[in-house]
Amino acid sequence: MVAEPNAVPDQRPWQPSEKALARTVYRARRRRRSFLVALASTVVVAGLAWWVLVSSPGWERTREAFFDPARFVEMLPALAGGLWLNLRVWVIAGLVSLVLGLLLAIARTTTAPALFPLRAAVVVFVDVFRGVPVLLVLLLVGFGLPALRLSWLPVQAAFLGTLALVLTYSAYLAEIFRAGIEAVHPAQVAAARALGLTRAQTTRRIVVPQAVRNVVPALLNIVVALQKDSGLISILGAVDAIRVAQISVTGDYNFTPYVAAGFLFLVVSIPLTRAVDAYNARRGWRGTRGVGGAIR
Amino acid sequence: MTAELTSGSPLAPLLALRGVRKSFGEHLVLGGVDLEVAEHSCVVLIGASGSGKSTLLRAVDLLEDIDDGSIQLRGVDIADPWVDADAVRARLGMVFQAYNLFAHLRVLDNLTLAQRLVHKQGKDEAEAAAIEMLARVGLADKATAYPDQLSGGQAQRAAIARALVNEPELLLLDEVTSALDPELVGEVLDLLVGLREEGMTMLVATHEMGFARRVADQVCFLDGGRVLEAGTPEQVLEDPQQPRTREFLARLQV
Repeated sequence: MVAEPNAVPDQRPWQPSEKALARTVYRARRRRRSFLVALASTVVVAGLAWWVLVSSPGWERTREAFFDPARFVEMLPALAGGLWLNLRVWVIAGLVSLVLGLLLAIARTTTAPALFPLRAAVVVFVDVFRGVPVLLVLLLVGFGLPALRLSWLPVQAAFLGTLALVLTYSAYLAEIFRAGIEAVHPAQVAAARALGLTRAQTTRRIVVPQAVRNVVPALLNIVVALQKDSGLISILGAVDAIRVAQISVTGDYNFTPYVAAGFLFLVVSIPLTRAVDAYNARRGWRGTRGVGGAIR
Repeated sequence: MTAELTSGSPLAPLLALRGVRKSFGEHLVLGGVDLEVAEHSCVVLIGASGSGKSTLLRAVDLLEDIDDGSIQLRGVDIADPWVDADAVRARLGMVFQAYNLFAHLRVLDNLTLAQRLVHKQGKDEAEAAAIEMLARVGLADKATAYPDQLSGGQAQRAAIARALVNEPELLLLDEVTSALDPELVGEVLDLLVGLREEGMTMLVATHEMGFARRVADQVCFLDGGRVLEAGTPEQVLEDPQQPRTREFLARLQV
């Protein structure tokens, strides 16, 4: 009923059989076909989009006003100078928001009765800054805080803009951290407490490390989003890339600088997004493709 | 391709593995496995953890691609990538160690899912078949329960019912009692013994030697990625010829 047990191991090094080679050839051919199909479908879709654009009645005037190659090149250096401010705001606001968001999330998970006011304050803070549009937070912080005439408070637009972004983004990030903390399996806490760790030690050494690992992809997404939202500080008058473009547009009503500024933001955010994807994929965070291999 | 799938020699065994080879990176898991399962027979795979039992079952269900060799289902080599893998899997039943019930679906809907999506049954027809199958495995009162409301033994019986309701030609069972408390193992094994008596063709990976004795026509000892010893339960379990088999069995009996 069963083939002879192969008790004597075959010691020769493995050479793929003809059957295995034929399968490899077949799979390679399938891959090539998939590539060609993808290419053809891309060409068709891109061609259609291009045709819709250039055949629109206003295309000629739009091209002159938005896609003037000379203006584009001419504006790049000034815009890059503005973008430098965006990048600094992004890095500082990002780092501060990450730390603050984590602290807020941890504060929310405390249970000591004396800390009730802290927990209540965190809930109110997160509810308010998650619920109010970023633009409104920017306007209120940017124009409201200087009105208080606090001598120790810097009133530069870039500082106030960064502060507003931190308020909003730390609220977002706190909610993500909280989801991560709640997703840590109760058995992990039980095991730590069983070893005699206190509640605080358990939070710091067991829960938070696992929580952070759970939510890294979501955190990185928010941080990438902050990169482009750093452009919102222009409404307070900070001279970032968008403000530079705006000043130029007001002069001659040629909108090309806006397009150039958008291009510069993409130059930063697209590689950033790809880097985040690659990082997540390497850590096996892309689902079954990343860990188990795809099932045919 | 579909026509080719159902053809094949009537004399061929239901399942025949020839020189099946699979490695994960540098680690060779299956180093040329030969194995046959005749229709209405039960073949039991035994062997230490990591001996390749699960990989072998997953390869047969086309959940893993193999590096070399052939897996013939009624004479058709299903390891060939031009074979419609979904159609093959629809003909096989697989039961996992950790049940793998769909947590967001009621037990009844776990059973009717493939009936409706894959086998294109109507809702009423699928539900009638599912309720009948649940009654058979003693879970008639659990149809509307969710998987997390079941005990381990109930969950595994539900998982077996989910495979059976699709009337598989071959049932693959991967360590189906290993995650269960000892007092729950019996209820699952009794169910499998009943299936065996009805003539269900089964390929089983297990650590339950008592089960192997009760139901196996053939016991295969896997070691180092190959079938080191095969025969009737009496031959392999009572009178093993290979030192490695003796060693493995001795460790279990302690």
